[in-house]
Amino acid sequence: MTAPGQQGAPRLRGSVIIDEIKKAGVQYVLSVPDLHTSAGLLRPIAQDPDFRHIRVCKEDECFGIAAGLTYGPRRSIILMQYTGFLYAANAVRGVACEQKLPICFMIGLLGKEPGVPPTQSGKFGVRIIEPILSAMGVRQTCIETDADAPRISACIDEAWRESRPTAILIGGRPEAQ
Amino acid sequence: MMNRKSALELLASKITDEIVVATYSSATDWLGIIDRPLNYFFSGAMGLASSHGLGLALARPERRVIVLDGDGSLLMNLGTLVTIGQVAPRNLTHMVFQNGTYEANGGHPIPNTRVDFEAHARAACIAKTFTASSLEQFADRLDMILHADELVFGCVKIEQGVLGPRSYKDMYKADRRAALRAALGP
Repeated sequence: MTAPGQQGAPRLRGSVIIDEIKKAGVQYVLSVPDLHTSAGLLRPIAQDPDFRHIRVCKEDECFGIAAGLTYGPRRSIILMQYTGFLYAANAVRGVACEQKLPICFMIGLLGKEPGVPPTQSGKFGVRIIEPILSAMGVRQTCIETDADAPRISACIDEAWRESRPTAILIGGRPEAQ
Repeated sequence: MMNRKSALELLASKITDEIVVATYSSATDWLGIIDRPLNYFFSGAMGLASSHGLGLALARPERRVIVLDGDGSLLMNLGTLVTIGQVAPRNLTHMVFQNGTYEANGGHPIPNTRVDFEAHARAACIAKTFTASSLEQFADRLDMILHADELVFGCVKIEQGVLGPRSYKDMYKADRRAALRAALGP
């Protein structure tokens, strides 16, 4: 795969991801800033009147808030970096997995090499994310380019249908418009 | 100094259709006093009671949500005050029961028993706050706790309760979560 930014390289546009989130009926976005998704996702989401955006101090809070929202039922998506996921692992375990709640979270893989599968990344922190999710039994998908994006709404719908958490790894860096 | 059970019994005597989110010792005491579908218990991840409460308050704006937090628990998630202060749902009351100990974990003291939680809440831009150090003071705040039309934070100073293992098995049953969903409706 050609690296983003090179001529003819597969793109991952933030707007395509946002369209997918909306298609899935997500109303709330809970976020801790992540450089990987900052320009392409978080900034446009923060300005989008279709979302209720809540800035959260630390990632584990997001899981409590998302759990409470399911009693609306209100759909939410959590945006965080892989470091934040590692920090929040106990909340993922206790709130999302053990309570079998449809909590959907996006994990920005900051520093992952374009086109390289996460488990083959040179970055230790990136490499361990998928195995940790698998050990927890969390279904996951990795979004690298626009072509992968339709899986986002499908994953969210499936999580709600089956009442279980889902992780959407953002492998490519979303472009701003 | 106030006893937590006495305070909770007083609260239970006035409760109607509010959702009550309770954690650890507050949860076992509350459940021993009043078992109802509108109780919300959550397993794992100590410190997140108020975060669950925030989500519920946003999801169910037609109902008041009352969080019964512990001081050890809140210290694990102090940023929650800043998050809640920013969102400021009008239907949320967040109370921390301060006894200076990790009562559920052997009675060890919290890192600084002199911590002023009300001051923390005010610094996080929560305008409506109180501290109650006696049952009479708590009783005087009940109307605000239950009926305020704004975000409320309260610190309730209590004596240490019974130490020792408490069973959380019953409160974490999936049936309880299903009952809460049924009680809340679509």
